[in-house]
Amino acid sequence: MTQVERHTYDVVVIGAGGAGLRAAIEARQRGLRTAVVCKSLFGKAHTVMAEGGVAASMGNVNSNDNWQVHFRDTMRGGKFLNNWRMAELHAREAPDRVWELETYGALFDRTKDGRISQRNFGGHEYPRLAHVGDRTGLELIRTLQQKIVSLQQEDHKETGDYEAKIKVFQECTVTDLLKDGDRIAGAFGYWRESGRFILFEAPAVVLATGGIGKSFKVTSNSWEYTGDGHALALRAGATLINMEFIQFHPTGMVWPPSVKGILVTEGVRGDGGVLRNSDGKRFMFDYIPEVFKDKYADNEEEADRWYTDPDNNRRTPDLLPRDEVARAINSEVKAGRGSPHGGVFLDISSRMPAEEIRRRLPSMHHQFKELADVDITAEPMEVGPTCHYVMGGVEVDPDTAAAKVPGLFAAGEVAGGMHGSNRLGGNSLSDLLVFGRRAGMGAADYVDSLAERPAVAQSDVDAAAEKAVRPFDPQGDGVEENPYTLHSELQQSMNDLVGIIRKADEIRQALEKIEEIKSRVPNIAVEGHRQFNPGWHLAIDLYNMILVSECVAKAALLREESRGGHTRDDHPSMNATWRNKLLVCSTDGTDVSVVEQPQIPMRQELFELFEIGELEKYYTDEELAAHPGRNA
Amino acid sequence: MTAGINAPGRARIPVRSLRTDRWWLPPLITNLGLATFVIYATVRSFMGEWYWVDDYHYLTPFYSPCISESCVPGSAHFGEWIGELPGWIPMGFLALPFLLGFRLTCYYYRKAYYRSVWQSPTACAVAEPHAKYSGETRFPLILQNVHRYFFYVAGIVAVINTYDAIVAFHSPDGGFGMGLGNVILLINVIMLWAYTLSCHSCRHIAGGRLKHFSAHPVRYKLWTFVSKLNVRHMQLAWITLGTLMLTDLYVMLVASGAISDLRFV
Amino acid sequence: MGYKAQFRVWRGDDESGELRDYVIEVNEGEVVLDIIHRLQATQAPDLAVRWNCKAGKCGSCSAEINGKPRLMCMTRMSTFTEDEVITVTPMRTFPVVRDLVTDVSFNYTKAREVQSFTPPPDLKPGEYRMQQVDVERSQEFRKCIECFLCQNTCHVIRDHEENKEAFSGPRFLMRVAELEMHPLDTADRRDAAQDEHGLGYCNITKCCTEVCPEHIKITDNALIPMKERVAGRRYDPVVWLGNKLFRRSSKKS
Repeated sequence: MTQVERHTYDVVVIGAGGAGLRAAIEARQRGLRTAVVCKSLFGKAHTVMAEGGVAASMGNVNSNDNWQVHFRDTMRGGKFLNNWRMAELHAREAPDRVWELETYGALFDRTKDGRISQRNFGGHEYPRLAHVGDRTGLELIRTLQQKIVSLQQEDHKETGDYEAKIKVFQECTVTDLLKDGDRIAGAFGYWRESGRFILFEAPAVVLATGGIGKSFKVTSNSWEYTGDGHALALRAGATLINMEFIQFHPTGMVWPPSVKGILVTEGVRGDGGVLRNSDGKRFMFDYIPEVFKDKYADNEEEADRWYTDPDNNRRTPDLLPRDEVARAINSEVKAGRGSPHGGVFLDISSRMPAEEIRRRLPSMHHQFKELADVDITAEPMEVGPTCHYVMGGVEVDPDTAAAKVPGLFAAGEVAGGMHGSNRLGGNSLSDLLVFGRRAGMGAADYVDSLAERPAVAQSDVDAAAEKAVRPFDPQGDGVEENPYTLHSELQQSMNDLVGIIRKADEIRQALEKIEEIKSRVPNIAVEGHRQFNPGWHLAIDLYNMILVSECVAKAALLREESRGGHTRDDHPSMNATWRNKLLVCSTDGTDVSVVEQPQIPMRQELFELFEIGELEKYYTDEELAAHPGRNA
Repeated sequence: MTAGINAPGRARIPVRSLRTDRWWLPPLITNLGLATFVIYATVRSFMGEWYWVDDYHYLTPFYSPCISESCVPGSAHFGEWIGELPGWIPMGFLALPFLLGFRLTCYYYRKAYYRSVWQSPTACAVAEPHAKYSGETRFPLILQNVHRYFFYVAGIVAVINTYDAIVAFHSPDGGFGMGLGNVILLINVIMLWAYTLSCHSCRHIAGGRLKHFSAHPVRYKLWTFVSKLNVRHMQLAWITLGTLMLTDLYVMLVASGAISDLRFV
Repeated sequence: MGYKAQFRVWRGDDESGELRDYVIEVNEGEVVLDIIHRLQATQAPDLAVRWNCKAGKCGSCSAEINGKPRLMCMTRMSTFTEDEVITVTPMRTFPVVRDLVTDVSFNYTKAREVQSFTPPPDLKPGEYRMQQVDVERSQEFRKCIECFLCQNTCHVIRDHEENKEAFSGPRFLMRVAELEMHPLDTADRRDAAQDEHGLGYCNITKCCTEVCPEHIKITDNALIPMKERVAGRRYDPVVWLGNKLFRRSSKKS
């Protein structure tokens, strides 16, 4: 029998970012004993990287804003592939979730009359993003962290034990979910520090593990983003949807290598920065799609006038939607007109005085100065697309965040549906709060409704333990694979073949590569012992990345259209017949399968929030028959 | 070496510091700077002469206010309140202890001498040579908390120094006069004000103690002004040591006849 | 472009350890964390190091580089000469776990001892009104990424293990100041700052400010103002007398 440290909880939350912490707060406030398990230290989750803000239609800056407008913006941004119920709940509840943060101690920037200030952002009709300078994510995570501490202080007062009802297990990785029949019974993992195994016996598990960016070579995501939650859900029998939709941010740093992928904020272009190729040409004028011709300037003179006189000039094509700009940069680089390190130039130094740049873009100036030793007031930045966010994730019930497997819940980036094919900036932080809370509630209701608690089978624990230590005992008859090598091969392949621009034959190549990597996995060998061994940690995360990458590639191959975060070179336009189809990924343990599933039609009153003219761009004629605009 | 970095459980690294820069240099310079001033100021305070230039009414700040019958004629701007002083009491005895106290309890000087004189710590991440440390939790160092009283008195002394600097616009015939000495006295007094007002206690009193700046707009402005000065508190602390010595040296040289004042008017 | 750099990296655990020499490739534009990662991928696969965002925003990769407390991801190799030996050790104030990883639980314990934000009990969500000028001081402190370099460099605990009990360290004294200056916090935290968190141990020697990667003016803007507030409550006879004479409550305006 395996040596395992055992804990019993009502709810186990995996992931301590915004969604995980909000779920934990909710579960604890409902009186349940809650554990939070996270791979990093408490308070280091990737949520800290969010800069822009939290989208919530509080209407503090423009009182015309309301949840319906936010709902419409979100659906538009996702090209109507969103789970409309999630988008509705999100738009309705976001303001309350933001106000709640203030009661936890958050300090947002203020308006003149003392309310929360809100800023403009791409795709949002009104100023909507509550923010703290450009470090909103840090404020969010710290606030939730401190709320947990405050709940622990309450418990301490009552019981003398800070951790009586809510405990954070930091630097602890969950490798498997355990079931009793078809229900969740617990979670198995290991302490990163000691390598010792740990078992949580719990009837409910909330996944809040974030994204999958580390399957790609160039990404703005941290090492934690290995798709753990996606893979845990799959292996437990749940389904993933929309995995083909991955958001590539057009401007990530490409040089030096140490910072490759780190975001360069859209604000640089908003404030006058322009993209140039190696010939010094502002190439974006060559990439204005037909549908945007009347909204974007076709010459430099008009584009430059737009900054000061937006009413009488069309805006610069440097500010086309993220996917358009990312594709344009990609094409320039492929055509051999890229910068020395495989990006293009983003130039602000020749556009405004140094003093002005330092005043308007302090954090970017600081970021390039400190990380790259580049003075953006004197030289251009090199930028290129970077993998930023996965729209796809665990298929959940919108109201309870419950996955297909009883007892399993998911919230945040790991959950799918909310953002459709493309996420708007600022909707991520609000998503975490709204659905984090709902997952906590869902889990609490589920636990309360149970007549008897599920039990963990010892054989499952032994199997999970055996699987975890496999890399110390490779199967390959002398052939040993280095996990770092396998990881970088996977990243390279996903980046090149299932990246920003996709083609059927390239995706097939990627799938072949994934098969090859899968066949080499049993040979993975790691040195040393289990105590804080990064090679071993990577080997375990690699299982997840491979599984999730296969879902992404298979879904990308099936969807024969281009929409939001999925661009097919061989099917370059959006196809209304695909709008209604979700691609659902599941596994039987060895093989991954992806099947189509129709989307539930939008509730009539929500449907009627849109003009028929707009819906015609996305919907088929039959689908629009019920719209009053049609009948009129 | 201390038990700190060698405490059980910590990484076993048997050196005081792995810093490769010259971390010992700043505390050394601080020590030399402080020592220079202390020696100079002590010698001059007890010297008992060459502190007053009767022709031009220059009075060195080290002897201001001069309030005893020992003061040379003309130097006692506020009258002779007490009789002759024995030689071991400096003639500036009224203000000197407060000025000393103001600087001793000043948040910047505390940092400077804790680091350089007491080596607690000598430099950042360099282990200090003391086995025990209780900081400012106990007597006598708990008395550092009285800094704001020294600040109040320092304000009064700065007013006196300002008065001294104004009455020094004097010519031997009794009318208005101006020389290099006036410029030096004036610069000194301006720097003294800047140093005094940039004090952390002043910043607290001006507005730092408030919870809601928005309810006290005038004090918020004051606080903002003091905060800007406060950033330069260290520089002003050293500049004023320099201007004090220079001013005194100039008055001494003129008073002793070693040089003659450069007159403009 | 690239060159071979000499590194000395501390390898060991809580019982023993040593500085081990490595020669390792360095390319243009890299930071110390890149070199540590290359070391991991090529020569020392079991080298333990804690990191996360690699952009100076999460505060995970704290260590000591040539004896100075720093974030590894924010220390560019170009700040060293090519023939310089670069020494990397774990933080020396906290118990070491392995190699460059330390046990920072001290900080989480101290965090729990600071009384949480205490808003007026009758104020509903959505009704909070605060002016920008009133939140700015606390906002500066909320830039903190909790890298714990200030805690690590502070000689009060770095050089005196026995003070860990009584002293919360700059990070959490700053947290007390943050709440004390929060426009809607109703608790009076001055006595706690002195009695429970050990503000008196601080001798304002500013090493916390020197090492802060977020450039927060910890000493000038948090610790000294806090000391002044404590002085106002505990060591100011004029305030004491005023309170007695005019029966003013000790509440601040």
